[in-house]
Amino acid sequence: MEKTLEQIKKEALKELEAVSDSESIKALSVRYLGRKGVVTQYLRNISNLPRESRPEAGRKANQTKKNLDELFKKTLKQLETPSYEINNRIDVSLPGRVTRRGSLHPITQITQQICDIFVRLGFDVVEGPEVETDYYNFEALNIPKNHPARDMQDTFYISNNVVLRTHTSPTQPRIMEKQKPPVRIIAPGKVYRCDSDLTHTPMFHQIEGLLVDENVSFGDLKGVLTTFVHQIFDPETSLRFRPSFFPFTEPSAEVDIRCVICKGDGCRVCSHTGWLEVIGAGMVHPAVFENVGYDTTCCTGFAFGMGVERIAMLKYGIDDIRKYFENDLRFLRQF
Amino acid sequence: MKVSLSWLKEYVDVDINVNDLADALTMAGLEVEAVSDRYDYLNNVVIGRLAKIDPHPNADKLKLCRVDIGDRIITVVCGAPNAKNDMLVPCAMPGTCFPKGTILEKNIIRGEASEGMLCSEMELGLGANSDGIMELGQSYSVGFPLNKALGLSDPVLEIDLTPNRPDCLSIIGTAREIAAFQKKKVTYPEILLPKSFDDISDYTSITLMSPELCPRYAASLVFDITVGPSPFWLQDRLVSVGLKPINNIVDITNFVMMETGQPLHAFDFDRLAENRIVVRTAREGEAFITLDGKERRLDPEMLMICDGEKPVALAGVMGGLNSEIEDSTTKVLLESAYFDPVCIRKTSKKTGLNTDASHRFERGVDPKGTITALNRATQLIAEIGGGKLVKGTIDEYPNTFPDRAIDFSVTALNRRLGIGLDINDIENHLKSIEFQVHKIGNDRLQVIPPSCRVDITRFEDITEEIARLFGYNNIKTTFPLIPAEARHPSKKIESRDGIKCLMTGLGFNEAINYSFVSNLSCDRLNLEPDDKKRRVINVLNPLSEDQSVMRTSLIPGLLETMKFNISVQNRNLKLFEIGNVFFNTGQKDSLPDEVEMLAGLWTGKRVDAVWFSKEINCDFYDIKGAVEELLRKLGIVNTDFTHMPPASCFYTKPGFTAQIIIKEESIGLVGELHPKVLSNYDLKQTVFIFELNFDRLINYMPDTKSVSPIPKFPATSRDITLIVNKDIETNNILQNVIDLNEEMVEDLHLFDVFEGNPIPAGRKSISFRITYRSSSETLEDTRVNNLHKSISDRLLKKVDATLPTV
Repeated sequence: MEKTLEQIKKEALKELEAVSDSESIKALSVRYLGRKGVVTQYLRNISNLPRESRPEAGRKANQTKKNLDELFKKTLKQLETPSYEINNRIDVSLPGRVTRRGSLHPITQITQQICDIFVRLGFDVVEGPEVETDYYNFEALNIPKNHPARDMQDTFYISNNVVLRTHTSPTQPRIMEKQKPPVRIIAPGKVYRCDSDLTHTPMFHQIEGLLVDENVSFGDLKGVLTTFVHQIFDPETSLRFRPSFFPFTEPSAEVDIRCVICKGDGCRVCSHTGWLEVIGAGMVHPAVFENVGYDTTCCTGFAFGMGVERIAMLKYGIDDIRKYFENDLRFLRQF
Repeated sequence: MKVSLSWLKEYVDVDINVNDLADALTMAGLEVEAVSDRYDYLNNVVIGRLAKIDPHPNADKLKLCRVDIGDRIITVVCGAPNAKNDMLVPCAMPGTCFPKGTILEKNIIRGEASEGMLCSEMELGLGANSDGIMELGQSYSVGFPLNKALGLSDPVLEIDLTPNRPDCLSIIGTAREIAAFQKKKVTYPEILLPKSFDDISDYTSITLMSPELCPRYAASLVFDITVGPSPFWLQDRLVSVGLKPINNIVDITNFVMMETGQPLHAFDFDRLAENRIVVRTAREGEAFITLDGKERRLDPEMLMICDGEKPVALAGVMGGLNSEIEDSTTKVLLESAYFDPVCIRKTSKKTGLNTDASHRFERGVDPKGTITALNRATQLIAEIGGGKLVKGTIDEYPNTFPDRAIDFSVTALNRRLGIGLDINDIENHLKSIEFQVHKIGNDRLQVIPPSCRVDITRFEDITEEIARLFGYNNIKTTFPLIPAEARHPSKKIESRDGIKCLMTGLGFNEAINYSFVSNLSCDRLNLEPDDKKRRVINVLNPLSEDQSVMRTSLIPGLLETMKFNISVQNRNLKLFEIGNVFFNTGQKDSLPDEVEMLAGLWTGKRVDAVWFSKEINCDFYDIKGAVEELLRKLGIVNTDFTHMPPASCFYTKPGFTAQIIIKEESIGLVGELHPKVLSNYDLKQTVFIFELNFDRLINYMPDTKSVSPIPKFPATSRDITLIVNKDIETNNILQNVIDLNEEMVEDLHLFDVFEGNPIPAGRKSISFRITYRSSSETLEDTRVNNLHKSISDRLLKKVDATLPTV
């Protein structure tokens, strides 16, 4: 024997290290393991060995053949797998091709959020006309002509008896004329008042709510509105109810929340009171029920209304109400 | 309304600090908007010591005072005769805002700089003394602000009263509320009328011609008065609540109005013709000059106070120039009355005069407080004006106001509020605000509210009183027990939300524009005189011409928004809006037709220059594609886009506009904005718009969806290219294929339209792919080839087309 099995193996590994292309490996494989290969030759020569050492030598030689074969194949596979790291790559920092999605106006988004909360509480969403009769906008709501309460809302007139609705409250009598109790509605929409400055636009959005049934209490009103505030802001928001006046509710209340900006320390947004007025509410005034033909001896209910712009301002930190209607793309795209 | 704490304390003890007081008032329903201290202006007035006094080089009567103000010595020019060395004086520093409104600035007086001002009591609003500078005791520290040094502090609460609470339009009214939550009693001013002579009925009379508008009119007479400035305390009270002192008589009427809430008016008795009062409505067109010197045109809805000949006051609103108190006045007739709130409000609105008096009368004064207020003022006039009182009052009061008794069930009250007060608690709460309360059973109370509480008329009003006295925040929160029933959501609302979502998915940003537009917008839209969109409704009292009509189209608003965006360099815009438009029905006092529309606008680049593409401008097919995809996603099939007939839309470019037709109904348009409209809006870049009638669109949206089976067998496709006249619309060709009604034809896909060499002039090539599929087998090539050949043969016969020459 010219070379030992160990030597053959060593040389094969050394040669394998030196090559780097698949053709050379294939050639190497033939040279060692082919029909006339070095290892094959060695195996053949085993028959020349003494009988007693043949099995052991054969086993070792076959093992070596198998090992080498596996090693060649593995190296070959590695070489044939293209390298992604070195030569072949793209500039992943280039911007992608965007199909740019548009955005819903913040007023739409907040309106949907508010309506969703009340829908979860079992309210139906309804709508009413934006140009309204004096009757539905005022008189049906217990605001007679020549009543000082009309000063609370600067009204745009279309004629003596037709106005741009100053609030979403006309949906209350409109729905009650059509539907017997129980009533649970929420009514979003545009409203109009002739007022324009940093905090007022002549058009804005309100959401009205009305719940009528038997034995509805002021405590129920507090429960529903507290739940609402905790859903739209956060569950830690503290709130207070304080007496107020709306001709169509009695008792009437304003719902204040702890200022979301200063957390109650007092800032410009809350006029240094630490509180923000967010909802007007109250128990439905019996005169309103009388106007729609409800039986005031058994019907009770509560109504509430809120400004969408104001809630959006607080949630998004918008400081100028006019931004909503300028529709500056740089503003809209943020939503 | 302003209320000063010092004045309040005349009638009620206040033993909480002013911030707590403000909170408590707010929680009682009297919202305190602001708290300030009326002596804050004295922060800037410091105590100075006259260190040295030199003569003024250029004026004999002036002096140059060197004033030690603690941290430094300043020079002040002063003319006061009482200035002397080492005197401690108030020295106002630049920036001081005096009670009369003037602001002190650094000054040069006769060539000498004055860095401050030495003040008299009067100038500082601290007293009546105006002779020389105010001398302070030697115990004060130099440099200290005057208000701190003198301990001057008087918080003023600014209360925003709701219209239902006229009873609180006075200091006593506010004190009543404070007394209630502090569990105290109000101390009412003691009225002691001085000795009087003769009898008022010997001198004057009152005639009520319109008792329905003036249910009560009372008067008193004081003779031999001297008109002059009010004493300091009286002026100070008025100033503390923001009123301007005028003369003692007028000041007293204002003082009593602020104290009690009852407006009063003083007439110069000698100027009343026949020395009597007649209350009547005005005659149509009658003219009258009010105290402010303006002539007013009257009408029969207005109530006038007249003498024997002529009007002397616009009842409850403002007095007349012809009977006002003058320096020479010696006899005063004092009026205290109750006027009909609606009448006063109408007059106030018509004349545009909103006075302290009309504000109270139109909300309702205490009908039973008439005489108390009259006596209070009479007493003060006799005291201060030094007059002699004529005995008695005249009180024309033909129909006594009845007491309003309200009885109610305690259980019902507890149920409405969700609380559990017992009958005694309720009784005590109501007594604390001066209600008369009688038990009329275990569960029933009868109450009579004080006459000043004009807002309390029924049971529910009592519940509010109990709620606010108990504390809104002490009422437990509960939840209504309501049936778990559900109604179908409105298709309109659901569809609108769905469309908004689709539009954003198509890359459009939602805009919300005002519903009112310029009265010029119809002209700007280039509308014909008889266009339906010209049937606008006008706002009678718009804020500006730009917002004076209700929109009949969303396009003007979108164009204004585009204009604004371009002005801030947002030049690539995809916007949409959903909102109502309003059409005048032509009938008076009827509501307009409100139609909900969906509109969109696309302008600028479809693709901005990016690393993989050059910039590409948007065009008609971009916006049309958006509309097509929207309709497809809404499940609306069988829509047609056809040329807008001539003269049917004037704000889009003729030939570049399609009307959108669903089942033969035109529900909108898509096209390029007319260049004329573009220039009317001062816009330069091409705009594409679409408009859809949302209300009608939703009628075509299917309520249900059903799924078609997925084909089992593969499809095969064949292309076809036709050369046709370039004016033939592509859809026309495709429709012809559809009309052949071949079952195997599954889909047509247009993939090329080409004009130019080698296509002959006036012609174009159209290439489309026909997809063939059978639902029952895999189609063999020969069969498809034959069918394709047959289709193209038939097509060539039907339309004027040729095959390309290969």
